[in-house]
Amino acid sequence: MEKITKVTMNTSAPTITTAGPATAPLFGLGIEFESARDLYHAAEKVRDAGYKKWDTYSPFPIHGMDEAMGLQKSWLSALVFIGGLTGFTLALALEFGTSSFLYPLVVAGKPTNLFTIPAFFPIMFELTILFAALTATFGMLALNGLPRWNHPNFNWDRFNKVTEDKFFIAIESSDQKFSFEATSAFLNSLGGNHLTAIHEDSGNE
Amino acid sequence: MDQHTEHNSQESPDQPHLLAQRDGIKRPPLVLNKRTMGWISSYVSTIVESKTPLWWYISIAITSPIALLTPLLICYLVSTGVGVWGNNSPVAWAWDITNFVFWIGIGHAGTLISAILFLTRQKWRTSINRAAEAMTLFAVVCAGIYPLFHVGRVWKVYFLAPVPNSNAIWQNFRSPLLWDVFAVSTYFTVSILFWYTGLIPDLATIRDRCTTKIKKFFYGILALGWRGGNRQWRHYEMAYLLLAGLSTPLVLSVHSVVSFDFATSVIPGWHATIFPPYFVAGAIFGGFAMVLTIMLPARAIYPQLHDMITPMHIDKMCKVILLTGSIVGYAYLMELFMAWYGANPYERAAFWYRAFGPYWWAYWSMMFCNVISPQVFWFPWCRKNIFVVFIICMFVNAGMWFERFVIIATTLARDFLPSSWGMFHPTWVDIFTFIGTFGIFTTLFLLFVRFLPMICMFEVKAVLPEANPHYGEDH
Repeated sequence: MEKITKVTMNTSAPTITTAGPATAPLFGLGIEFESARDLYHAAEKVRDAGYKKWDTYSPFPIHGMDEAMGLQKSWLSALVFIGGLTGFTLALALEFGTSSFLYPLVVAGKPTNLFTIPAFFPIMFELTILFAALTATFGMLALNGLPRWNHPNFNWDRFNKVTEDKFFIAIESSDQKFSFEATSAFLNSLGGNHLTAIHEDSGNE
Repeated sequence: MDQHTEHNSQESPDQPHLLAQRDGIKRPPLVLNKRTMGWISSYVSTIVESKTPLWWYISIAITSPIALLTPLLICYLVSTGVGVWGNNSPVAWAWDITNFVFWIGIGHAGTLISAILFLTRQKWRTSINRAAEAMTLFAVVCAGIYPLFHVGRVWKVYFLAPVPNSNAIWQNFRSPLLWDVFAVSTYFTVSILFWYTGLIPDLATIRDRCTTKIKKFFYGILALGWRGGNRQWRHYEMAYLLLAGLSTPLVLSVHSVVSFDFATSVIPGWHATIFPPYFVAGAIFGGFAMVLTIMLPARAIYPQLHDMITPMHIDKMCKVILLTGSIVGYAYLMELFMAWYGANPYERAAFWYRAFGPYWWAYWSMMFCNVISPQVFWFPWCRKNIFVVFIICMFVNAGMWFERFVIIATTLARDFLPSSWGMFHPTWVDIFTFIGTFGIFTTLFLLFVRFLPMICMFEVKAVLPEANPHYGEDH
């Protein structure tokens, strides 16, 4: 699947490998790094060059990479807050609705009015946690666009080392600033290796 | 010298006196023998990828028939009636709730390691948290069996859930037993979510290393298409942090709610405000002992794990056992003190019967196993010796079971009126159902060791010195 094409642009022309079917649309350009440190500094340069649709790939989350990429704090926490609030409200409605209005159950002569709220705290707490945790997991998957079992990056054979010990940067061709020659030269200047043109699957047009 | 330069020692050993001084106070590395990232992936994944070893077949051939005991005896119970268990009129909770509290308590150590130690930045947790979380899940599975069948008519168990039914009957939300239903089911759900979220990047590692198509398909589905992009890690880390933050109060609440089952009653010996913290400390105590009970054999079978589960990890877990064991010992003594100081004759009698009544042997076994035996961990030699650690952990496992038995059986056997006193004797069905839960627990753990990465690879990689983006730089 891999074939090496030499782009003869000027004397310092980078060697670009093609991943995926060469006839399919181009997804982007990727490059590999050996260490977290190299990736971090390369990311700072890509950020400063003004690219927007790109990502760094690493086997583990790298401390400070969000700043190096110029990303904001994840807003998953806002979703989780809403999830927790939903669980809390549901518990409140469920407990008062049933135990004070629909089916007030008098046990040992004790009251069933609204002042019995302390007995309702445990379930309010548990449902708040339950809904918040469900939102955290499924919200994270949704924000990440997962599950998505296929992706153009997977056409790149070297990319399967991303979950082991290699580091990658890929700039997508849909980026405003993307141009094949300039971007490949730019990526090549970052100090990585195995510059690769990643193509989408042919059936994907 | 700035703290960032500590990684710089290999490159510039130009100031030997300073380096020697600093090395004297340097923390021990979290991963020994300077292992690389590639080594971690390949070693942990090899356990999953390689051919199934013979010991595994032998072990599962032993544990799975034992595991079958529980479902078979449950079928016998449901088809015959609750009389096949030894529960009787004063001791209605008997073995079932004892075993429920025993198993659910074990689960707590897993969540403690994964959540509380995560929030407190205890990086050493990374190499034990995956197995401990798995242990939590399996322990909760074993625990859940008991209250489910203790309801008597299991086919009416949906009455516990607040769903509209044709009788227009709703649950009593002021009952601690219903709180327990919510607490335990929430705990199980959140434990699964936390565990699976932690597994996703490691499943992707195995997916990328797989050679056969079937495995690639199977692990590919489970990994959900994880790509390790920082735009994914960003949300992932936030999700993990939030789950840890949510699990921390949750784990403290679950055993508190379990203790409310006892503490909100008016039975002498149960009606005590010390119960929630005492139960939580006991749960962590018993859970850490169980973590060591399963990690030490795993470490013996896979010698290379010694670089990731180091003597330092064992030492720290022993210290947690010592601390929580002492808290539990304090609680036992405080219960006795309050019984005397409270001057309630029923309360005093309850504790007198615990220590000197018909179940005296259970009480003193509990005291010896939980309070006396872990005190050997004051000596560093005992924390370093694997055999001593293992034996003490076995004592603690037994002691924590005795604790629940003492709380439940001895208290119920002697309540206010001597005319309603009675003894509890387990039947063979009780005994073999309980033995079966150990089979379920070990079988599930063996399956976990065989098919899923036992160590959280991406987190262990992240605590290596070279994972720091400023590794080897002068700032």
